[in-house]
Amino acid sequence: MKWEVVIGLETHAQLSTASKIFSGASTAFGAPPNTQASAVDIALPGVLPVLNRDAVERAIRFGLAVGATINRRSVFARKNYFYPDLPKGYQISQFEIPVVQGGALAIATAEGGKSVRLTRAHLEEDAGKSLHEDYHGMTGIDLNRAGTPLLEIVSEPDMRSSAEAVAYAKTLHALVRWIGICDGNMQEGSFRCDANVSVRPAGETKLGTRCEIKNLNSFRFLEQAIEFEIRRQIELIEEGGTVVQQTRLYDPDRLETRAMRSKEDAQDYRYFPDPDLPPLVIDDAWIERVKSELPLLPEATRVRFESQYGLPPHDTVALTASRELAAYFEATAAGVPHAEKLAANWVLGEVSAALNKAEMDITRVPVSAARLAGLLQRIQDGTISGKIAKAVFDAMWSGVGNADAIIEAKGLKQISDAAAIGRVVDEVIAANPAIVAEFRAGKEKAFNSLVGKAMQATKGKANPAQVNALLKEKLGG
Amino acid sequence: MSAITAPIAELAEALRAKRLSSVELTQGLLDRIARLDPVLNAFITVDRERALSDASAADAAIAAGTAGPLAGIPLAHKDILVTAGMRTTCGSRMLANYTSPYDAHVVRGLKRAGTVLVGKTNLDEFAMGSSSETSHFGPVKNPWDLRCVPGGSSGGSAAAVAARLVPGGTGTDTGGSIRQPAALSGICGLKPTYGICSRYGLVAFASSLDQAGPLAQTAQDLALLLNAMAGHDSRDSTSLDRPTEDYTRTLGEERGAKPLAGLRIGLPREYFGDGTDPDTAKAIDEALAEFRQLGGKTVELALPRVKLSVPVYYVIAPAEASSNLSRFDGVRYGHRAAKYGDLTDMYRKSRAEGFGAEVKRRILVGTYVLSHGYYDAYYLKAQQVRRLIADDFRRAYQSCDVIAGPTAPTTAFRIGAKTDDPVEMYLNDIFTVAANLTGAPALSIPCGFDRSGLPIGLQLQGDYFAEARMLDIAHRFQQATDWHRRIPAMAAP
Repeated sequence: MKWEVVIGLETHAQLSTASKIFSGASTAFGAPPNTQASAVDIALPGVLPVLNRDAVERAIRFGLAVGATINRRSVFARKNYFYPDLPKGYQISQFEIPVVQGGALAIATAEGGKSVRLTRAHLEEDAGKSLHEDYHGMTGIDLNRAGTPLLEIVSEPDMRSSAEAVAYAKTLHALVRWIGICDGNMQEGSFRCDANVSVRPAGETKLGTRCEIKNLNSFRFLEQAIEFEIRRQIELIEEGGTVVQQTRLYDPDRLETRAMRSKEDAQDYRYFPDPDLPPLVIDDAWIERVKSELPLLPEATRVRFESQYGLPPHDTVALTASRELAAYFEATAAGVPHAEKLAANWVLGEVSAALNKAEMDITRVPVSAARLAGLLQRIQDGTISGKIAKAVFDAMWSGVGNADAIIEAKGLKQISDAAAIGRVVDEVIAANPAIVAEFRAGKEKAFNSLVGKAMQATKGKANPAQVNALLKEKLGG
Repeated sequence: MSAITAPIAELAEALRAKRLSSVELTQGLLDRIARLDPVLNAFITVDRERALSDASAADAAIAAGTAGPLAGIPLAHKDILVTAGMRTTCGSRMLANYTSPYDAHVVRGLKRAGTVLVGKTNLDEFAMGSSSETSHFGPVKNPWDLRCVPGGSSGGSAAAVAARLVPGGTGTDTGGSIRQPAALSGICGLKPTYGICSRYGLVAFASSLDQAGPLAQTAQDLALLLNAMAGHDSRDSTSLDRPTEDYTRTLGEERGAKPLAGLRIGLPREYFGDGTDPDTAKAIDEALAEFRQLGGKTVELALPRVKLSVPVYYVIAPAEASSNLSRFDGVRYGHRAAKYGDLTDMYRKSRAEGFGAEVKRRILVGTYVLSHGYYDAYYLKAQQVRRLIADDFRRAYQSCDVIAGPTAPTTAFRIGAKTDDPVEMYLNDIFTVAANLTGAPALSIPCGFDRSGLPIGLQLQGDYFAEARMLDIAHRFQQATDWHRRIPAMAAP
């Protein structure tokens, strides 16, 4: 029996406003418990919510970035349920009429690419945190997070594999960071995905029963959880069972999903429009202003890099992983016109490797684009070879100085003097008669070995092209 | 002695002229409270030290010439408006020891106007009731007849003003809870247009219906208090941002013998049927005759859907209340059960112990009408009918300027008389709830007594933002009559 997998993702992106969606308390991560919860966040008797316009602005930005409809009038609704980290006993969310409707996200897949439709995106407030360890059988409640603005982004069930789901999640993650609405810090909980997974016989159009997997805070866990769930559902059905609609949690230690214990899955939230908040009205002028301030989006930037700099898709996809990386690349490329490929290679190669090793983000890179360009210029003009440049880069990374200063100080200038190189080549030929003989006997590799010896003798500083040419000449072949 | 039981306008004048000090006035009223409140149970909290301290400060401001119009006037706040540093119980075991870190917006406004905070008044628990019998702190008695209720839910403030324990107080009105106790206690009360007074600090019962408002001896006093209570508050998203109004601005105008000339008073036929007690009907008729004497004309009109007000109200109010009261869960403040097993047990016990029967009843009804499968038939339908009722009123104001009628169908009933039948209790609100559903302003003023000597109230309703005009009409009536000057025997100075 061939099976088709159907996946939809619900993503909660914490909007990077300075204060909460309905109160003025700070949203900064990591403060001591309950130090960033105002009277409104604690739901003291008599308090009322006031909408943070910055949160709305970010929702509009998102809607424009995915080509969605911005509803000119949307309504806040109360989602009622009891839990200690939900101070009011209800969450202010949006139900029937969300701020953003529709839209789509283009993702890259094994088959090339596809468009994943979005159902909607709406504004809501985050709950606090429940901490179950360290409290001797009790639970600690930290309300710092209560009231943080969230944009809940719901996709249509358009994905057909865990790979597509991960591609969607990564693309969405990059987009929300690109347009500056969310910092995307998954460890801190700024970007959380829930996956809705169902299976059906290939060719069937009716949807199978889905399960929702919550609490996936890394792309790896997202992939693993979906894979496990697919297998679980298929096995269950093949053994004659039926999939029960339920909410499941992923356990990354045991690599399995488990039904959540005490939650009723068909809970009635008794949604009704929140009488404390008037309908959210967004006029055309506001939308126009946000549109005019929207940066060129990742896909458009990628296409521009391809046409403007002649770079291949493999490079442009990587260079547009974040707005900061794209900007860094362009600033570097500006310093080496007609050698943008060189810039791309270095940004994606040496720079990225160094960042990864230092577990650093591009925003904290210690080598500025201007200085990197300075280094690349010295490769271009033949002052140093590519190999030497790597050593210079390492020194720049450690803060020693700019390229020229390092080249000067360490005497790394490439040797381009034909006479000097000629002498070295002569010495190498004289010192290695056996290898010369092998070459003359037809062994190509021997030539490379001789080149290597010449480079070694000059501590790598000889111009490799010249070494090659002179050696060839002197060997007469 | 009678000086201290005078209305606010007279007291303010006496204080400014230094014929009386705020300390003397406050001390005198505190003595009256000590003497009379044990019988009335109008107060939950009285803070002598704070009151006298406020009074001293007011006297100093008056002496320095920096005093506001209400400087030195003692007041009480309904115990559902939060006061920083003084507990707010909402008449409930749930909040018996709760002290708010902040003042409600209307409390702050009255504080800034220089009033003296005497204490917090008793009420139906969480403002749910029409008799002030459901308080955890015991029922309030009507000063006109101690066997009777003063009305509710702002019965404590109404009784306190009626017995001249304070010259004015605040209340809240969700379905009539300022106007009905004002009527049953023989004083004046106003519910302003929804959005005029900020709800920040008003412990929410039904968010789309609640409004804070003043209770006092005269319409002029209501206007003075409203001036200090009204105004935009950015912390309340339903607060209206309008230019400041002086609600007393026309009260001093000399208009001769026919001050109400040109006024069209609408009389809905739905308000003059059989459901009203005959003494009440008679007193209202006599009041209307007085209005005509003053130059007003009455016109009959119809409000065909107004009879749906009570069922609509008793779907919407409990629905909103069931959600608003969810925060009382024993987690962060308020009552938490002493012993419990798990989380669900804690919730169940804390709320079962913390809430009284009427509150529980309304939470259950509210939860039901919002639940899946019933939302459309109940909550949604009620909101739609609400709009139809509002349409009836807007149409009515095309042919009249104000609408008049009884505030309540009966005078004060005996304590315990209606507690067995909640629906019978709910019918007390029949004339008052429409103004909450539509958000329009409404007030009640005394207009007579029944054969047992119990007060009767006349309700005036107006279109949105008509408060100043309504207060003017009531003021002219009070210049020609003296119902508002009557004092219950037990409170005679």
